[in-house]
Formats: sequence, C-alpha cells, structure tokens
Amino acid sequence: MASVFKEIYSVAWGDIRFMRHNLLNIIAATLVSPILYLIAFGYGMGQGVVMDGVPYLAFIIPGIVALSSLNASFSSTATRLNVQRLYYGSFDEMMMCPIRVSSIVLGKTVLGIVRGLISCLLIFILGLFLTDKLMFTPIFFLSLILACVTFSLLGEMSALLAKSHQSMATFNTLIILPMTFLCGTFFSVSILPEVFQWALYAIPLTHASSCIRAGALGWEFPWISLVVMFAFCIAFFLIDCYLVKYRKV
Amino acid sequence: MNLKSIDENDCIIVARNILKKYDETVAVDGIDLDVRRGEIFGFLGPNGAGKTTTIRILSTLTDFNEGSVLVDGHDILKEPNEAKTKMGIIQQHISLDKDLTVWENMYHRALMQQMPKAQIETRMKELVDYFSMGEYMDRKIDSLSGGWKKRAAIVSAMIHSPKVIFLDEPTVGLDIKARRLLWDLIRLLNKDGTTIFLTTHYIEEAQILCDRVGIIDNGKIVALGTPQELASEIGEYAVVVTDVNGKSEYKYFEDRKSASEYGSGIETGEVLVRKTNLEDCFVELTGRTVES
Repeated sequence: MASVFKEIYSVAWGDIRFMRHNLLNIIAATLVSPILYLIAFGYGMGQGVVMDGVPYLAFIIPGIVALSSLNASFSSTATRLNVQRLYYGSFDEMMMCPIRVSSIVLGKTVLGIVRGLISCLLIFILGLFLTDKLMFTPIFFLSLILACVTFSLLGEMSALLAKSHQSMATFNTLIILPMTFLCGTFFSVSILPEVFQWALYAIPLTHASSCIRAGALGWEFPWISLVVMFAFCIAFFLIDCYLVKYRKV
Repeated sequence: MNLKSIDENDCIIVARNILKKYDETVAVDGIDLDVRRGEIFGFLGPNGAGKTTTIRILSTLTDFNEGSVLVDGHDILKEPNEAKTKMGIIQQHISLDKDLTVWENMYHRALMQQMPKAQIETRMKELVDYFSMGEYMDRKIDSLSGGWKKRAAIVSAMIHSPKVIFLDEPTVGLDIKARRLLWDLIRLLNKDGTTIFLTTHYIEEAQILCDRVGIIDNGKIVALGTPQELASEIGEYAVVVTDVNGKSEYKYFEDRKSASEYGSGIETGEVLVRKTNLEDCFVELTGRTVES
C-alpha cells in the first residue's frame, strides 16, 4: 500500500510544482466564472425568489460550489494532461517509468482535486458571508471531495480520448457546457418534466449538486445520489485505467 | 545480416519477429534485432520506414502485434517495470515538461523511477557536474536553446542510470556546433558503458558515431552490421561518374584496382574513385535517397 502512495505522489509531484508556479493565476481564473454566476443569477435575477423553501442566494451557492468542482477539477486535469500528452510528449516519460497504471491514473487526478477543493472552498467561504443558511458539515465536505475526484477522473478520460486540442474543446462544448446549465446548479431538477429529470439523473453533476446542496443547507441527505456519484467515480477510474493500459495513449 | 553469430547474453536488446500493424498498414514487418551491450547502434532509414515505431516498441511506448522483446533479459510484456528501469529515451521532439525547470524535470523523473530521495540528490549533482548543467538548472525548459534542451533531456533520461538510452533523431533541428557537442555527449555516455540506440537519417552521424548500423526500409531490416561490413556488402570502392549535366552514376567494386580500371575506361564526364560510405550502402540497399 505504501508503494502505491509513493507512486501516486511521484506522478502528482510535477503537477503540484506546476500549480505552485502558477498559484495566483490558477486561483484567479477559477474564481471568475463562479463569482459572475453568483452576481448574475444570485443577485441580479434571484432577488426575492425562494427555491425549495430557501432564499435563492442560499440555494444557488451550493450549486455554484458543485459547478466549480466540475469546472475546476475537470479543466485542470484535462488541460494539463492534454498538453503533456499531445504537445509536450512528457506523458510518454511517465509511461516509461515503473509505475502501476492505477497509480498513474490516480496521480494525474491530484492537481484537479486540489484545484477543485481550493476553488470550491473559497466560493463556499464567500457564501458564508452572504447568507446565514449555509453550514460546513462533514457530509458536505465528503460530497465535495467525491465530486472533485469524479470530475477530475472525467477530465482525465477526456484528455486520454482526445486526439487534438480541438477534440478537447468539442468535448467541453458537448458534455460540460450542457451539464453546467442543466444539472440542478441554478434550479431544482424536480421542477422539470419527469422525462428530463430521468435524463439529468444520468449525469454526475446532478447528483453532486444534490449532495453538496443537502450537505450545505442541512437538508435530508440524498444517500442514493452519493452512491451514484461513487459509481460514476469508479466507472471513470476503470475507463481511465483501460485507456492508459491498453490503448497506449 | 547474421543474427545467429551474436550471443544473446552479450545483447542488451533482443527483439524477435516484431510485427506492428496500424489497421492494414504494416509499420514494422517481422524484424529481428540484437543490440550489443556497450555499443552505439544506429538505426537508419528513410522517413516513414519504421524507425520511430521500432524505437517506441522497444521502449514499451507502443504495443506490437507479434514477436518478443527482451531488454537486459527482461521481457517487456511480462516484466515491463523491470525493463523500464533499464532504459531511458530521448524523443525527437523534446518530451520534457516545459512548464517545469530543468531541476524539477530531473527530480520528477527520479521520483517516478522510484529512486530513494537520498540517492536522488547525489545522482543529480553527479550528472549536473558531468554535463556542466549547473547554471541552467533553475531555468524552465522553454527558455533553453535547442542544444541545451537536448542536453537537459539526456540528463533527465540518465537520472536512474539506465543501461540503454534510446535517442530518436537526436540532432534534428540543431545547428552544426550544437550537433557536434551532442555527438561528444553521446560518446561520453557510451564511454561510461551505456548502450546507445539511436535513429537518424543523417548518414554522416551514423558513420561517425555508430559501432554498428541497421538499415530499415518499409518496415524491414535490409542491412545490419558495422559500416565497414555494410560497405563490403556492396563493394568497398565506389566509382562516381558525373556527366556534363551534373547527373551522377555510381558503380561499386570489391577492390581499388578494379574500381580504378573501370574509372580509367570512362571517356566522358568527371570520374571519382573513393571508398564506399554508408550513404552509398543506404541508397543501394533501399533504392532511395535519405531525404525521400
């Protein structure tokens, strides 16, 4: 077990150094869109609106936290891996080292997880000043970590499948952008027709939003969503392992 | 090409019947290859002949359809991690992490090779001194010139003291001075016992550096041996006849006397009698120029 952690650390070390070089840029970049969402939807459109029994601002902040976990974790992992694999070629260097495939996959998620957590926690702390309805609970934190891991693994998958920077952009437009607006970030999925609800519950961000919101607002916790999110996490991990091992990406 | 005369125990790389297909296209067509411990082995071929695919197969980066490869006695399919500790690779396009410094690239590589931390610092200092990299260690890769980038790549690849180094077209894009410095560096590595496997399409490079050379064309090895052995395969002396339009014709002879006799019988054009070189072998055996 110790050797697995050592391998994961060895893979993640370069990405953490990269993050240290660019810390301020990274934090600034990850905070821009959540703050814009907060201002535009939370203050601009949500004044006086009540959603699921709470003021809209209190409703939307956990949603934006969930959305940030997707954006920050996915894009950090996907962009860096895509660049390393297709442009620098440095992913090959990693493949030539005596490291288990699973350690490579997990090691490459670390940057996305760390960046996702930093971004989400900053937004959440900001939210604590804006509304008294939010609370920091262990189950909120657990949900947040699981969301960051899941979306980081998804980012890895898209980077491993990408044949060019263009195909990464296509993945973002076709998969990530619809998730941003449809998965319960800005409104409750329960207000949609049932057929749409079924479709949206097949997407991990919907479950991440449900869990993070319930954890932050002290609502009854949707354990099934947590299990579904965990299942997505395992599925993405296995797909990533397959891609690294058998496709010699 | 006589592989049976080589004792496999003397070889750091033993590849047998390697076949690699991309869909219906055969990139490497059942090649056998032995690379002896401590030699500089040159792998020559025109563009698209299969050089890079072969080097990627041998270094575990690309799967293959059939065959087997042993690196220092370890089957790369059955014992990939053991084999990986024995080799390093410097790819044609510098594959270091350009967001990190030279020091960080080296340290990262050492960590990934699972070297103990105490050993890493010592080894890094050793290499930095050896390759005079000291003042460049804190610079990001992208801020280095082409020659120093290659040097940084070599130093990083050497961090875990591999027994064999693969160099894929190491001097492409370098100016003459940087190219010569790199040749010195390759000789220096080899002097310390590291086996060098390099692909190149610079004939001069292979002629100057390599103990033995393999020529690959259309995925098949068409010649294998020392430059002298290859020359003797087509004839040790060449007669080059250049006509008034500048077009040259080549004829090869086993000895100087026959070559001179043939040359003196030519009545028109400029005649040159010289020793056969690797470029002659290459063109004769592949039917192509190096650039084609």
